[in-house]
Amino acid sequence: MSVDLSQFHQVFFEESYEGLDVMESALLNIDVSAIDDETINEIFRAAHSIKGGSGTFGFKEIAEFTHVVETLLDLIRSDQFEMKTDHVDLFLESVDCIRTMINQFESGTSCDMGIAGELKVAFNVLLDADNTKDSGDIDADSKVDESHDGSSGSDGWKIYFKPELDILRTGNDAVRMFRELSELGELSVIAVIDEIPSIADIDPESCYMAWNLTLLGSATEAQVNEVFEWVVDDSDLVITPAGLQSDVLEPVKNIAASEQTVASENEKSVPSAKAEKNKVAEKEVKPSVTKKVVAKKEAKTENASIRVGTDKIDDLINMVGELVITQSMLSELGKDFSIENMPKLMEGLAQLSMHTRELQENVMRIRMLPISFAFSRFPRLVHDMSKNLNKKVELVLLGEQTELDKTVMERIGDPLVHLVRNSLDHGLELPEKRLAAGKDETGKITLNAFHQGGNIIIQIIDDGGGLNKERILSKAIENGLVSESDTLTDDQINDLVFLPGFSTAEAVTDISGRGVGMDVVRRNIQELNGSVEVESTEGKGSVFTIRLPLTLAILDGQLISVGEQVYIFPLVSIVESIQTQDHMIHRVSGGCDVLRLRKEYIPIVKLWDVFNVKPKHETVDNGLLVIVEGDNIKIAVLVDDLLGQQQVVIKSIRENYRPVHGVSGATILGDGTVSLILDISGLIKLAGVGRDTYKNISDTNDIEAA
Amino acid sequence: MATILAVDDSASMRQMVSFTLKGAGYTVIEAEDGQKALDKAKGSAVDLVLTDVNMPVMDGIELVRNLRTLPAYKFTPILMLTTESAGDKKVQGKNAGATGWLVKPFNPEQLLATIKKVMG
Repeated sequence: MSVDLSQFHQVFFEESYEGLDVMESALLNIDVSAIDDETINEIFRAAHSIKGGSGTFGFKEIAEFTHVVETLLDLIRSDQFEMKTDHVDLFLESVDCIRTMINQFESGTSCDMGIAGELKVAFNVLLDADNTKDSGDIDADSKVDESHDGSSGSDGWKIYFKPELDILRTGNDAVRMFRELSELGELSVIAVIDEIPSIADIDPESCYMAWNLTLLGSATEAQVNEVFEWVVDDSDLVITPAGLQSDVLEPVKNIAASEQTVASENEKSVPSAKAEKNKVAEKEVKPSVTKKVVAKKEAKTENASIRVGTDKIDDLINMVGELVITQSMLSELGKDFSIENMPKLMEGLAQLSMHTRELQENVMRIRMLPISFAFSRFPRLVHDMSKNLNKKVELVLLGEQTELDKTVMERIGDPLVHLVRNSLDHGLELPEKRLAAGKDETGKITLNAFHQGGNIIIQIIDDGGGLNKERILSKAIENGLVSESDTLTDDQINDLVFLPGFSTAEAVTDISGRGVGMDVVRRNIQELNGSVEVESTEGKGSVFTIRLPLTLAILDGQLISVGEQVYIFPLVSIVESIQTQDHMIHRVSGGCDVLRLRKEYIPIVKLWDVFNVKPKHETVDNGLLVIVEGDNIKIAVLVDDLLGQQQVVIKSIRENYRPVHGVSGATILGDGTVSLILDISGLIKLAGVGRDTYKNISDTNDIEAA
Repeated sequence: MATILAVDDSASMRQMVSFTLKGAGYTVIEAEDGQKALDKAKGSAVDLVLTDVNMPVMDGIELVRNLRTLPAYKFTPILMLTTESAGDKKVQGKNAGATGWLVKPFNPEQLLATIKKVMG
């Protein structure tokens, strides 16, 4: 039977990444002055599993490299090697290296052993200095048995076998060995029963027997040895070539006498044979290190699977069971329905709707993962970066168990990294500067996640210098993003950092690059139907707040109608809805109406005009306005009517058709009609209202640059 | 057909072992650490135990020691899956009552051959 091992590769990759994450976070937590046994064990186990798996699934390069790492870990674990800070860094580099190798195997690209080679040398230097253990060959043991290959009894073997008394208690069975021997040739067995005690003294679980065996045929000594492999250490075992004479029944005592010499000879020959074999194995292994791995034909199935706790699955099954019961109850009711049964029907339908909602919530939970998956990379990132920047940083992670949709999680990773890097590089000051400002020399970055309504909020908080408003403003004026005559609120000034091509960093560092990233950060977050904003107090620090929907698949929507059409606003974007009165509406030049609401002027957008449909109510007077907010801009949208609120399943228009401005997706309503889900930011752009003064300028800049 | 308890903290190894054994007609019970294996062993009739050595919660050697104290597992063959190049784990395993071992990395054919050797 042959088993295609490649079917297990994906699982192996995933668990190895997990193992590497475990190693990394454990390494970052290590205090070299007081190493905790369990931490080292944890790191060792992870490395050990990766080595075992990679060997089994044919990733030799990973197995060999991990072996060296594991060997040193084993020495540390058994207190034979003292771990220092440098070694932690070396292990961390190895974690990166193994991750890269796995990545290369996973994507089917060739395995680059350059870094692995260098690290391996570094490990071997440490191991050699320690000089307690050979680190060369990973599977010397598995080959030892074959090292006896040389001698083959031409006619067969005479074997004397006396197992220890306890052999049965280890689950071993002499009959099993005889059966195996009989497969190698013609076997005759004679039992030696001299030592069986009297019936009164006998322990039925002990083995008092010994055997004289003769195996005729061409079996090699190695084959015979292999049969006794598991018991040889605890048994009297003498294997001698069978002579031509059939003196099988030679007295036991004579054999026992010769046993000593044979055994000692065996002992001598085993280690040397093993050493030889080691050398050979090492030679064989080396070429494969430089060997390029042939690209695999399989398409890359990146993160195609998801791990789900069994409790979640059990809940689902339970829920489906309930649903089935409700369904059968309803169909029973429908068989001969009479109006008296109406209350029962209503009850059944209520149950159905409850179970459906529960089922939906539970199915959504399957895709939910704790945000610690996204946070886990930061301890390492901060560790490395603070070293590069000569800053002292303490990282605090809060709300790590807050759950978030897997897709959202995957796509929020990069923006988060960017923001954290930004806080480290531009936010936190150097230790001297902090001390001078009367702060603790160690800066603090806090990542905080929590749920708020249907959203997850992620905050990146630093206690650094905060945003310098004058510098931002002067820079923005310099770049033509705003004009000197504009008066901007503090929030609006802070918001400027999210514009394309904006950077106040005096020196461009390799860490946060040229500061062109913040607009990308905002765009990425907006693509997830989220928003990002910054609050800052000069001298005290900044807080970047990311607001994301819990999932991309379902949205809480407010249904509204314009003429015959039904549209959906995301509920989170709605500020309020009002019936207008004359005195609230102001006309400004250019034909734009604005709503004056509590000292605030809000541009009015007529939805029928934007989408070119025939409304029931054409003018703003006495119209119904829904005030919505996107990108920190409020607009008042004229609609005919407010319908219900409901959860809608989002179907992508972009994927099924093409991107449409002002529309983020579509959904199918209960009556089967299709309704468009409005994208507020898009709608603001589409209607040509909002803070366009500087937006237009930046757009033209882009066009000119292109 | 015989029932085998396969214990390994690595999901890929467990899947590989389980898939191979099931393909050969064995019934397989899986467990991801020694403690879980012990619990499952108590609740089922197992003909052979295959266990990894390095595992969290309860390692393979501790599992062997614990299994041997159960009357039903006094003589049950227990094989250790070991990657240890050094023999100390094998010795520890034997002392705890393990029947034998299979050295990682192994391929499915080697696994079946070893099982067959024990089960006949």
